[in-house]
Amino acid sequence: MTAARGAEGARVVPGASAPPVGISVGRRLLGLVKRWEAVLVLILLVICTLNAVASPYFLSLENLFDSTQAFTEKAIIALSMTLVIIGRDIDLSVASIIALCSTAMGFLAGHGVPTAGLLAASVLVGAAAGAFNGLLTARLKVPSIVVTIGTMSLFRGVAYAVLGDKAYNAYPSDFWVLGQGALFGLIPYEFLAFVALAVVFVLVLHRTVIGRSLYAYGNNPDAALYSGIAVDAHRFWFFTVNGTMSGLAAAFFTSRIGSTRPNMASGWELEVIVVVVLGGVSILGGSGTLIGVILSVFVMGMLTFGLRLLNVPGNMMSVIAGLLLIVAIAAPLLVRKLAGRRA
Amino acid sequence: MRKLLHDRDAVLTAIVALLVAGISLRAPVFLSAGSLDTLVTDGAILAMMALVQLLPLLTGGIDLSIPANMALTGMVTALLSRAHPDLPVVATVAVALALGLALGAVNGALIAFLKMPPIVVTLGTMSVYRGLVFLVSGGAWVNAHEFGKAYLAFPLGRLLGLTHIVWIAALVIAAGYVFLNHSTKGRELYALGGNPAAARYVGIDETRSLLLVYCITGVASGLAGYLWVARYAIAYTETALGFELQTVAACVIGGVSTSGGKGGVAGCLLGAAFLVVILNALPMIDVSPFWQMAISGAAILVAVVVNARSERPRGKLILQRVEPAKVTA
Repeated sequence: MTAARGAEGARVVPGASAPPVGISVGRRLLGLVKRWEAVLVLILLVICTLNAVASPYFLSLENLFDSTQAFTEKAIIALSMTLVIIGRDIDLSVASIIALCSTAMGFLAGHGVPTAGLLAASVLVGAAAGAFNGLLTARLKVPSIVVTIGTMSLFRGVAYAVLGDKAYNAYPSDFWVLGQGALFGLIPYEFLAFVALAVVFVLVLHRTVIGRSLYAYGNNPDAALYSGIAVDAHRFWFFTVNGTMSGLAAAFFTSRIGSTRPNMASGWELEVIVVVVLGGVSILGGSGTLIGVILSVFVMGMLTFGLRLLNVPGNMMSVIAGLLLIVAIAAPLLVRKLAGRRA
Repeated sequence: MRKLLHDRDAVLTAIVALLVAGISLRAPVFLSAGSLDTLVTDGAILAMMALVQLLPLLTGGIDLSIPANMALTGMVTALLSRAHPDLPVVATVAVALALGLALGAVNGALIAFLKMPPIVVTLGTMSVYRGLVFLVSGGAWVNAHEFGKAYLAFPLGRLLGLTHIVWIAALVIAAGYVFLNHSTKGRELYALGGNPAAARYVGIDETRSLLLVYCITGVASGLAGYLWVARYAIAYTETALGFELQTVAACVIGGVSTSGGKGGVAGCLLGAAFLVVILNALPMIDVSPFWQMAISGAAILVAVVVNARSERPRGKLILQRVEPAKVTA
């Protein structure tokens, strides 16, 4: 009987929203997977519980805030990268923008520019770099993946050309505050910046016309264009914002490690994209929420932290991050496929 | 359209020729036998892997895991060679091909059966495979003196004055040319990338084609991994890091579209030649190697912008004609 009903269900809604399985477990599983944020919360809870078991110090406030430093800079870029990816684009140059901005800061610091000026310069250089990406993508119609493969070399290449095998270490004496300072000696300033930016990004994406337009053209650029959305202008500005966020992240990161090297932050572009995709944003554009991405930021951050507690080497973490990315996307597809076959 | 593609190849050939001429004017040593030999051997691996990258690009996909696959197979064969220095080359190559195939099949299965986006799958396997290199080696390097003699000697052995690497690459490229231009499977890839829906209607099996594509990139990466490690006589976790972008760049410079269906073997080879000439020539004309990255980035950008501009009118023609018509009516 259940089988017959399942078959009927399958015929009416082929593989769509309603699960064709007559078994409630399958349906509940599907329902859960559909609310990807719920799965992320669950994963996060499991990881935090394991961390708390592994180390009695994990749940102290000092430690929790301290642990955010390892991922805040990437998290800041993930916010804007989410917008870029929902809009069917991708930006592989963010880590190179960090190197470029940091080089600019190091250069200016050598000429006596104070901390506030360095921060402004980094953000501006980042914005310019992002605008350059946006110009080539939105104006000259070159696919973003191709553009940012090129600018990825170009931006980091400029850092190499300026620095060679040297490094900038001479920063103003109060420069450390940006990346290492904390409110009441507890909440890192960069984490505060992330929280504030997260609120702004969530509001823009989920509560404004700009956000709705982004989803519209992410789903169907032609339809969006014909309904009067300035698609290319949006794309340009989101690339610029992404560059700006990378510039901000560069300021925090440089301040935190206290030096500029041309190979800094290498590989971050992929880590950021992993976080965004793990957060439930479709790499094909048009869907995903910032809440998911923010949860995924914490999942990755806490996972990395927990693995570090267990003395797992960094390269092992890349295995886990890669597996997590694949499993996160494969699991719902697999469940759907199996559910479809059983009916 | 064929004429246009043809033109682009001609233009790119002219640019590469001009580059070579300009460089050899400033630094005649560039045309010396030793320099050209290095150029061709370096270029061979890039050209071969650019051609391999062409397959997923044609289907609208991409394989970012190529260098991680190369690093892993390179490391595994290197460790084997260290443990058994007398292992015959045939066995090494067999291991490299088999392991490469297995790694490629993982990509293929996820992409073909689960219909996952290739960029996500290969991004994931890229970091998994790269991490596995570290795990199997414990983070240690395999240095030149630890390899078996035959392992290092074979790829750099010479036939008619050229290294075996060049001959192997030439074979792979010839096979690729025949596959893409004179086999049904190969033509199907163009159809799949050009218009997936139409391809399905005429009965092209997308699942099997995609599986095939990523198995081929896997096998070739395995082979290239061995060649790479033997050429530089060192295996370590970062082997060929960033090489995936060079292969994509070579294709894109050669006029391959990243959205599928467009591109050919000649373009790929010219793109690879362009990159290799630029990268190898800079030190000879007294440009600091630290400028290499910026200049190759700029070169890629110029090439793709020029390509995009030459392509634009064709893609937009329908739109441009319809819009004014509506206004006047």
